[in-house]
Amino acid sequence: LTDLGDLNFQEDAEMRCTYSCGTSDHDASRRRFLGGLLGAGFGLSSLVRPAAARRLEEQQKQVLVIWMAGGLSQLESWDPKPHTETGGPFRSIETSVPGIRICELLPRTARLAHHLALVRGLNTSQATQNDHGKGHFLMHTGRAQMPGQEYPHLGSVAAKFLSREDDPLPGYIHITPGGGGLGRNDAAFLGPKYGALYLGNGKAPANTARPGQMKTEADDARQGFRRRVNDHFASRRRTAETDAYTTTYDQARQLMDRREIFDTSGEPERDKQRYGAHDFGRHCLLARRLLEAGVTFVQVSHSNYDTHNENFSFHLEQLGEFDQGFSNLIEDMAARGLLQHTLVVVMSEFGRTPTVNYLYGRDHWDAAWSIALGGCGIKTGQAHGKTNEKGTEVVDGQVSAGHLFHTYLRAVGLDPSFDFEANGRPIQLADPSASVIRELLA
Amino acid sequence: MRSTADPLKTHLAKDLAHDRPLVCCRFAATGPYVFAGSEDESVIRWNTNDGSKIQFKGHESWVFTLAATPDGQTLISGGGDGRLIWWPASAEKPEPVRLVQAHEGWVNAVAIRDDSEIAASAGNDRRVRLWSVADGSLLADLPAHEKPVYALRFDRTGRYLLSADLVGRVVVWEIATRKEVRRFDAGKLHKYEAGQGVDYGGVRDLEVTADLGMLACAGLVDASNPLGAVSNPAVLLFEGGEAKELRLQRPKEDVKGVGWGVRFHPDGFLILVSGGTGGGWLWFFRREESHEFHKVNLKNTGRAIDLHPDGQRIATAHHDGHLRIWSMTEGPAPS
Repeated sequence: LTDLGDLNFQEDAEMRCTYSCGTSDHDASRRRFLGGLLGAGFGLSSLVRPAAARRLEEQQKQVLVIWMAGGLSQLESWDPKPHTETGGPFRSIETSVPGIRICELLPRTARLAHHLALVRGLNTSQATQNDHGKGHFLMHTGRAQMPGQEYPHLGSVAAKFLSREDDPLPGYIHITPGGGGLGRNDAAFLGPKYGALYLGNGKAPANTARPGQMKTEADDARQGFRRRVNDHFASRRRTAETDAYTTTYDQARQLMDRREIFDTSGEPERDKQRYGAHDFGRHCLLARRLLEAGVTFVQVSHSNYDTHNENFSFHLEQLGEFDQGFSNLIEDMAARGLLQHTLVVVMSEFGRTPTVNYLYGRDHWDAAWSIALGGCGIKTGQAHGKTNEKGTEVVDGQVSAGHLFHTYLRAVGLDPSFDFEANGRPIQLADPSASVIRELLA
Repeated sequence: MRSTADPLKTHLAKDLAHDRPLVCCRFAATGPYVFAGSEDESVIRWNTNDGSKIQFKGHESWVFTLAATPDGQTLISGGGDGRLIWWPASAEKPEPVRLVQAHEGWVNAVAIRDDSEIAASAGNDRRVRLWSVADGSLLADLPAHEKPVYALRFDRTGRYLLSADLVGRVVVWEIATRKEVRRFDAGKLHKYEAGQGVDYGGVRDLEVTADLGMLACAGLVDASNPLGAVSNPAVLLFEGGEAKELRLQRPKEDVKGVGWGVRFHPDGFLILVSGGTGGGWLWFFRREESHEFHKVNLKNTGRAIDLHPDGQRIATAHHDGHLRIWSMTEGPAPS
């Protein structure tokens, strides 16, 4: 945190991020974006009134994504087809929404279905070709992955446009079972300071505790020196990268003061038990803590659903953890008012084949699968879209990931058609070939 | 008593077809019947003499396990619906005699004691339960497992029941006292794969010798990629009295798969069925050796095995919907 040796004080054109020419025109802020939304008049009549816009600014919108890594089976979760050739051995159960049934592996979640909207008509086959990497990119950006083109992840968009500029907390935090660190390409043209901060295995970022032998005065002095040098450099050679360095330093220092938000050890024992003694339960409890602390975008990854082999036993194992952690998190978010201003998304790269293979497995399947939404801006208590009897194709309400991305943005009050200028050309935040799924919006 | 079986003569004697994948199989101890449980939620009974087939319908999920009384009159099936169903095994038009909601979630294993008085069941709910075969009443609920229970076996004396689970815990229960009297650690057949965040393996089938002198656990080893089916079939042998591990038996070559079922043959060798990306195989092991002395390709991935009481025939259940009967003697299989 204190080593300035990595900073490059030599002006380097290659280091420049093309968005950041140093003028305020390209610094698209949430405030400016909302202004654009007001002027554009996209049918959100409440936003036409300045008072409503102020309320939106005052009430920070947040996003929670649960990433079911590997590809959750829609048949073992949101769109069961029991007693059919493709249905597998699990049965369906009633939910809190009459007429909507989900897989028996999710009994706790079933009781909270009124907080969710199921999207059962997802077809992403054109963009993903059942490929993990393409599916990951598509579901995070709402766009097909093309060579040489990068688009910001939903988390980076949220960090950029929903966070306050002076927010000391990282806007995009991703809790993973794996390693920690900073995301590399999540933010794309938005600039690296909106990339993800990964909390490996739910642990606080490394080196955020001040060395014990260093006194506060000494630390303040060296930080002051760093700022002066930075300011001097930025006055002549400001780039997105130097901005990111500066932001990272400042955030890191502020994080050191708020390190406790990553520490769930002080949470009540009862809550720890409710969420589960497994990693996913612990990570959901951390997500609750981060959302309550005001972090704009929190993603929790649960691994692993890529069940080419013994799909049913592995889904039993994994969804048992998911059902416990997720249901308690949703229940608490509802009780504490977080759902009113937090969009919730449960998604994967793709679904799994209706056909059960010879290994009792299911393979990759992007032609007819499901995700779940909830929280702010979403009309919950419904299932949108429908697959056929065996789950092999969508027969009603077919949507793509582009439609979902539009819907996410609109649900948190952002305008999906907003043009962001990158590389000298306007790029719409959400894929212009897709549109909002209006039936899903509250 | 030695049979006339010769593993080296093993050949396909009957190929009985169904139109949906099979999961488990069981010979009737007497009579011409062999049974299989299917992914289509039914039990299929074939007459091995003429190949005729009848479906038993009553489950609302896949049928995972079957057990038959020694007199051949009663069959008990267990399914993914948590049910045990009692069937008149040889009836012309079989209808459920009794239906018991036995477990929350799948019933993975069912066994019937040789005196036909007690049945045992085990499931993903981590419970082992004892039932009266006569009236289906619950006799005992035995909690000792912390993971799904996959396999059960009564010893031939009827004094003990063995249960085994996903992490390789094998528990010996004394039936009279309902007490746990011994444990075996078959943890070699289990792996927690941290990168994928999954438990995998466990004891997929159990077999004991008549005198409880030896225990065989079927399963897998070398699970480097559980979600991708990368593992090798294996049998872990224990000496029964001291719960001492004797040896791990596995194929000489790198044939991928899972050991789904194992049987001790009265002539002293073991038979393991495996299935997976390496195909379906029967492996024949001598108890004192680590590798097979013979193997037979099964034409399709194997999922379950049973040995006929005559010691000459083996039944294997397959994903392609076929139940294959293999004879270890020359000439046509005995009827």
